[in-house]
Amino acid sequence: MLKFIGKRLLMLIPVLIGITLVVQLLLEVTPGDPAKLMLGMNATPERVAALREELGLNDPFLVRYGRYIWNLCHGDLGNSFMTGRPVFSEMIQRFPYTLVLVCISLFLSVVFGIPLGVFASTHQHTWKDNLAMFAALFCVSMPAFWFALMLIQRFAVKWRLLPLSGIASWKGWVLPCVALALGFTATITRQTRSNMLEVIRQDYITTARAKGVSEVTIKYRHALKNAVTPVIMVVGGMFGMMLGGALISETIFSIPGLGQYTMQALNSRDYPVIQSSVLVLSLLFAIVILLVDIIFALIDPRIRSQYISKRQKEARTDQKKEDQEKGAAHSEGR
Amino acid sequence: MEKKRKNSRLREIWFQLKTNKLAVVALIILIILIIVAILAPVIAPYHYAEQHPKDSYAPPSAKYLLGTDKLGRDIFSRLIYGSRYSLSMGVIAVAIAAVIGITVGSVAGYYGGWVDNLLMRFLDVYQSIPMFLLCVTLAAILGPSLRNAIIALGICTVPGYARIMRATVLTVREKEYIEAEKAINAKDPRIILKHIIPNAMAPIIVEITMGVGSCILSGASLSFIGLGAQAPISEWGAMISDARSVMREAPQLSLYPGICVMLAVLSCNLLGDGLRDALDPRLKN
Repeated sequence: MLKFIGKRLLMLIPVLIGITLVVQLLLEVTPGDPAKLMLGMNATPERVAALREELGLNDPFLVRYGRYIWNLCHGDLGNSFMTGRPVFSEMIQRFPYTLVLVCISLFLSVVFGIPLGVFASTHQHTWKDNLAMFAALFCVSMPAFWFALMLIQRFAVKWRLLPLSGIASWKGWVLPCVALALGFTATITRQTRSNMLEVIRQDYITTARAKGVSEVTIKYRHALKNAVTPVIMVVGGMFGMMLGGALISETIFSIPGLGQYTMQALNSRDYPVIQSSVLVLSLLFAIVILLVDIIFALIDPRIRSQYISKRQKEARTDQKKEDQEKGAAHSEGR
Repeated sequence: MEKKRKNSRLREIWFQLKTNKLAVVALIILIILIIVAILAPVIAPYHYAEQHPKDSYAPPSAKYLLGTDKLGRDIFSRLIYGSRYSLSMGVIAVAIAAVIGITVGSVAGYYGGWVDNLLMRFLDVYQSIPMFLLCVTLAAILGPSLRNAIIALGICTVPGYARIMRATVLTVREKEYIEAEKAINAKDPRIILKHIIPNAMAPIIVEITMGVGSCILSGASLSFIGLGAQAPISEWGAMISDARSVMREAPQLSLYPGICVMLAVLSCNLLGDGLRDALDPRLKN
């Protein structure tokens, strides 16, 4: 198991290097001069040139990339061009908001999505299944930002039940989380249903039925257990999509998280912030995928068996040898 | 001969698809949307940017079917023109992504070995950046405009097509007819273009249909945050963005474009579902 985790951790390194390289390259091909942007429209060319020198923008690409990586290794993500404050501390401050938003939404989608999917699959060929599936497809096709606006219109503007934006109290979290979770709930519902229907056709379900296990036990223990594991994989990928969704969600509901920070930086071309946001959010995504893989390996014996420890393996082969020898001795004796 | 065989294959798919009522309805809606998009200047009573300052926030009437916005622009006409921008956003972005994805996927799948390894590791890095984040970043860096948003969308959705193509090519590669081609010493490009790609198209077609939907959705999101279509272009996402600031005075303004986006995306998804069942009935639940 440790070997598996170690291997996956090592695979993270080239991915991280790749991401930094991609981001650096993206900014490289960008038209527009950050020094000019910082100083405003009516800056003299001399001042722009001086600032370019100061920021090290005149150095060759590899030198700048090397410097960026070097600073990164020291936990220095640079300073924001706009505010001049260090990006790292700003991000640490904003990080919890995004994490809370994404985690609550993910939790909501799993808690509602899986039971709904099971419900639909156990009522296949009835109007209940059709309705649930159509509703799910409906929600998948709905623009999340539009749904958020509709929610605001109803709950905040018309009925004044919940705040329009901001997160002064717990009430402020309700709309952003529901808006972000809706599409993903529908996706999980669809995924769970199709997995359930696939599993129910397997031989071991027929076996269970043949030996007289009650239908409830078959559905909720035998089938669900096997159908839910692939859903976990989907949830991992969904985390990344939710981080993307948080960009819009946080902007609409003015939540001071990483998403809003990124959007502001994109609008003002604040390069160090853009770079760090992409890096940090991707890293977060990569870690979640890693966790999902590990959980998956722990749950699924087929993967677990590939990475059993050396001692266990030796013990097993010894056991086998012993059995074989015993068998050989036995046949010789005859 | 060749043509006749292709026709019969198409007819077979159509025959399967016909049994799925929802997919047929979706197909009809999509065809109507495409016709509306093409004939927008003929159908729409006004131009999308035409302002009638006297009729600001006019209620629905015979003159303005769905009312007007703040500048007195006819919502109905704007929606009709919007279908042009929204649909073309989806279709062109997917075309870019599918062409690159199919090329990368079939090369990686056909040659295998280090080529495959290199391309797939590259895709790993690509996909480790959350897709929408990459898309927003690209669109912002290229500069906000409809064209750049389409390019950004196209580039960001490549990995999905490449992976599916590679997976299908891996199975097609082992078929006897490919071996036969190799035996008569056919060149690699010929094998890939004439035999591998046509036989690996089924899953890609489904992915493309669904992809148009999701690109319309992401495109609307990009326009909504100001990185896609710019005023006065009446792309649906941009219309919702415009309506956001006047939500108290005119709530209906954000309603209509949202419904349009949903209708288009829903149709793509339903058709995609139907096509998947028609192309591979084994998967049907």
